[in-house]
This record gives sequence, C-alpha cells and structure tokens, in this order.
Amino acid sequence: MLLVPCPHCGPRNASDLSYKGESHARPDPNSATAEEWRSYLYMEDNPAGWLRETWYCRSGCRRFFVLERDTATNEFRNPPVPGAKLGGKA
Amino acid sequence: MTLFQSLRGSMKSNAVSRPPRYSAAGLLVKGVKQESWPRVWRDVPLKKSYDVVIVGGGVHGLATAYYLAANHGITNVAIVDKSYLGSGGSGRNTAIVRSNYLTPEGVAFYDRSLELYNSMAVDLNINVMFSERGHMTLAHTDSALRTMHWRAEVNKLQNIDSSVIDPAEVKKLAPSLDTSSDPRYPILGALYHPPGGTIRHDAVVWGYARAADHLGVEMHQKAEVLDILVEGGDGPDGKGSGGRVTGVRTNRGDISAPIVVNCTAGWATLISDMAGVKLPISTRPLQAAVTEPVKVFLPTVVVSGSLHVYVSQTDRGELVFGASVDPFNTYSVRGSLEFTEELAGHVLELMPGISRMRLLRQWAGLCDMTPDYSPVMGFTPVEGFFCDVGWGTYGFKAGPVSGEQMAECIATQQTPKLIEPFKLSRFSTGELVGEKGAAAVGH
Ligand SMILES: Cc1cc2nc3c(=O)[nH]c(=O)nc-3n(C[C@H](O)[C@H](O)[C@H](O)COP(=O)(O)OP(=O)(O)OC[C@H]3O[C@@H](n4cnc5c(N)ncnc54)[C@H](O)[C@@H]3O)c2cc1C
Ligand SMILES: [Zn+2]
Repeated sequence: MLLVPCPHCGPRNASDLSYKGESHARPDPNSATAEEWRSYLYMEDNPAGWLRETWYCRSGCRRFFVLERDTATNEFRNPPVPGAKLGGKA
Repeated sequence: MTLFQSLRGSMKSNAVSRPPRYSAAGLLVKGVKQESWPRVWRDVPLKKSYDVVIVGGGVHGLATAYYLAANHGITNVAIVDKSYLGSGGSGRNTAIVRSNYLTPEGVAFYDRSLELYNSMAVDLNINVMFSERGHMTLAHTDSALRTMHWRAEVNKLQNIDSSVIDPAEVKKLAPSLDTSSDPRYPILGALYHPPGGTIRHDAVVWGYARAADHLGVEMHQKAEVLDILVEGGDGPDGKGSGGRVTGVRTNRGDISAPIVVNCTAGWATLISDMAGVKLPISTRPLQAAVTEPVKVFLPTVVVSGSLHVYVSQTDRGELVFGASVDPFNTYSVRGSLEFTEELAGHVLELMPGISRMRLLRQWAGLCDMTPDYSPVMGFTPVEGFFCDVGWGTYGFKAGPVSGEQMAECIATQQTPKLIEPFKLSRFSTGELVGEKGAAAVGH
C-alpha cells in the first residue's frame, strides 16, 4: 500500500496510521462567523497534486503530524527523517 | 402490434416506441452472413456551441442528457468525457440498488430511482438484468441492531418493504452464512429489504447512451475538459460566485454553452475549481474484487457494516466483494494487498465455507465523498453551472432519479422538491442530510 514517513518512527505502513484529512488553519472559534466555521469544517481543496495533510500514528508513537503528499502519485515531499530534529534542524 | 409494444403500453414510460434490437433470429442471420452489428451511437464532429454541455459520461451525465431530451425536448446537448463512456465509477461499481436509507429525504429519493430502474428495460429497450434478489444488512452489535430498527421504521413510514429479521431468518435466506455464536462478531439480526438487488451497470450506461443518441444528444469520448469559461464572477479571473458560465475549453477546442453540468464524480472538485466553485468533497478510491465462478448458492445481497464488507453472486456464479473506501484521499486507482487480506479475513468470518475459493481480479474506482454521505445537486453560485456530484460509493443506484431531477432542474430553472435537501448551500447553513448510518458500507 503506502509507506508513510512518520517523523518519529520512520516509514510505517499506512494501516498503522489513521488519516485525518487536509490540514488547514482553524479559524478562531470566538470570532469566526457560523459560515466561516462550517466552511472550515466541510469544504475541501481536494487537489490532484500536492496536499498538506494530517496523520495520526495510531499503532506507533501515537502522535499527530503534517506531511505533504502528491495525491496523484502518492509520493511524499521532503519526508521527515526520525532523529534529524534532535540535531537542531527540522 | 408486437408483444413488446403491448407490454410497453401497459407500463408507464416516457420513451419513444422502438422495436427490439437484438434477437436470436438476428444473431443467426448476422452469423450466417458474417455481418457485424451496426454502431450503437453516432460518432459526430464536435460543434462550436450547444444548449447544454454535460461534463462526464457516466450514468449520471448520460441519464441527465437522456431525460433532458425525453422529458423536456432539449436535444442540442453534448456529453464530453475525457475517456470512454462508463470509464469512471459507472463501469466499476458492484451494481447494488436499494432504497432502505436512513433519512426520509434519502428514502424518497432512492425509491424513485428504483421505480425508474423497474421500468428501464422497457423504457430504454435494453435488458438491464435487474435481479430483485433482496438486500440484507447484517447487525453484529446492539448499536447496529438499533440503527437497523431505526431504518426499518423510517422505511415503513414511506411504504418501503424493509424489516428487521432474526438470525434464524437470516440463515434461511442465506444458508452459507455462519449464524452461530462462534464468530468474534456473531450475527444478531439483519435489516432485510426484498426490493433491493443488482442491475448490470454496463447495460445501464449503454442503454442511456443509445436512447439519448436516438433523441439527438451527442456523445464525445476522449474529449477532456481543461477549463470552464466563466464571466463576471467575484474571483480575480472573473470566476466564482456571481459569475455566469459561457462554455468549456476542451482538448478539441472551445465550446460555448449557457449551461454546463458537472457529472464527474471522483474528479468533481477539479471541474468545479475551474468554475471557481468550492465543494465539500474528498476523493477516495473504493476497491472491489471478484472470485472464480461456482454454482449459485448465495441468493441475496449480504452487507456487513461492522465487518466492512459486502458480497453478492453474479449470474455467472462469481462472488463480487466490496468494502469501505480506502483509508486516505488519493486520485490513484491502484489496488492494494491490504484490501484483499482484510476482505478475505472478514468474508471468512461470515462464510467460512468459501475458504478455498480463489480471487480472480480486484480493481478500484474513484469516489467523491461528502461529509454527510449525501450528494450535492443543483444550482451553484455560478449561473448556468450545475452540479450532480458527491455520489461517493452509492451513486449507481441513484443514476436514473438524478438524471430525471437534474434535467427538470435545468429545464425549469427551479430546484425540484426531491433534490431540494441536497443543495450545495446546505454546507453553509448547516442543514446536513446524514446518511452515514445507511451508506458507509452498504452502497
Ligand atoms: C468499486 C465500486 C463499487 C461501487 N458499488 C456501488 C454499488 O453497489 N451501488 C451503487 O449505487 N454505487 C456504487 N458505487 C458508486 C458508483 O459507481 C458511482 O457513484 C457512480 O458510478 C457515479 O457515476 P457518475 O456518472 O456520477 O460518475 P462516473 O461514472 O465516475 O463518471 C465520471 C466521468 O467523468 C469523466 N471525467 C472526469 N474528468 C473529466 C474531464 N476533465 N473532462 C471530461 N470528462 C471527465 C470521467 O472520465 C468519467 O467517465 C461503487 C463505486 C465503486 C468504485
Ligand atoms: Zn510514529
């Protein structure tokens, strides 16, 4: 299937993770209008190309992270390498 | 008057009368003379303008064109498809039809579709192989059983034949199912819907295509829409809200048209983006698989939501399996081993007896999933740009009613009552039509 590059565990089978969908900035619930809030909840970019998306490493480190994937080819852009962060650089 | 015509006369239908096309005698004559059958629909050059351009030649686009011509006399219509007719979900689905949905809006809508399917063989003069074999949704948990009761009550109120049955009755209907208490998720009961069944999906596509062609509609295959032409919208490029459609740009040149209909299912977002209209849709593949043929032993369609699997047996004897959509968004239709492994495990929980059967094939098609598992139909903020999308994993059964209602919407410029609940604006007003409980696996 798909090997997802978890920034903490390294590449893991997609079935170890759970897909949380497109990653968008959340509007401020205190000031957002009902329409803005619903647009955040329901509307999707759904491109056939690069997409920023959230994954949850369900069977591994149990952390959420954002990755960039091409939805036409399923290739990941700049896949994170576990441990690289410890060196100070992301 | 032929038997066929007298039969037609007795059923309500809206098509012109045609003699049967294919017969055993015809086959014999053609065989002896070594002739081939004539082309079923015309292949004509693309014109520069039409009254209506429909993007997408699946069952929805074709049905919309057919009803525009048959019910409203609008025949200057072109369907453009980037591939061949039925190349999308319409040629890849598992052909299940039913109307036992969860919301009253959904039930009324899908019931009208079944009605149209019932007279389709006569209306379109094609054998669609409708097998009204019954549809059974198994419950393995108390909460699933509760949803079944809920659905049965909603259905009965609208005169849909639908009821909850116990494991003994399940066993009687489908003896191959393991109804003992041994499995990890024992069968506690089922929602049984006798009018559900299967229909040959290719025949539906070809039937609508041929009938629409007879009425003057043009079908253009390998004609890809590259842009939607919009003027006067509030976007920087003149697209979007407040604008109006003037035509489409294709790989074979520009076509002008005051009305453009988006019937592209899994690709719906890409087309509506071209008009500046945002949709609540994510594209996910749905996979299916088929086994080698064996003698007929499974008389109904069996669905298990908890086990994420459904199965029916074709007239040839193959078992057709489906599941829920793949776990992440993608436009790629590659199959996966995970799907097959998971499917096999779950199917064997239900029917341990088939463990030696071999899978012949698996495939995938793109599904346009919405947050509430209901479609998006009708007007958009761009004048003249219509949507008939959001068909997810359940759009085959909805083909006829969608075509009929979309045609009415376009011809009368008013939203028909039956599709009013499915308007795009429900996502800004929050009036969702939640069908997940009846549509997530049961297709
Ligand atoms: C495996 C599987 C099983 C299913 N099982 C069932 C079932 O049992 N029951 C049920 O009711 N539903 C089922 N479905 C869902 C059903 O198949 C779809 O909802 C339905 O076929 C959608 O039909 P459509 O005409 O809207 O779109 P499609 O048939 O997908 O047609 C869309 C067309 O748009 C064309 N297109 C895309 N982009 C462009 C472009 N830029 N320019 C021109 N043309 C373009 C494509 O080539 C395609 O032909 C299943 C789906 C799958 C994948
Ligand atoms: Zn991890």
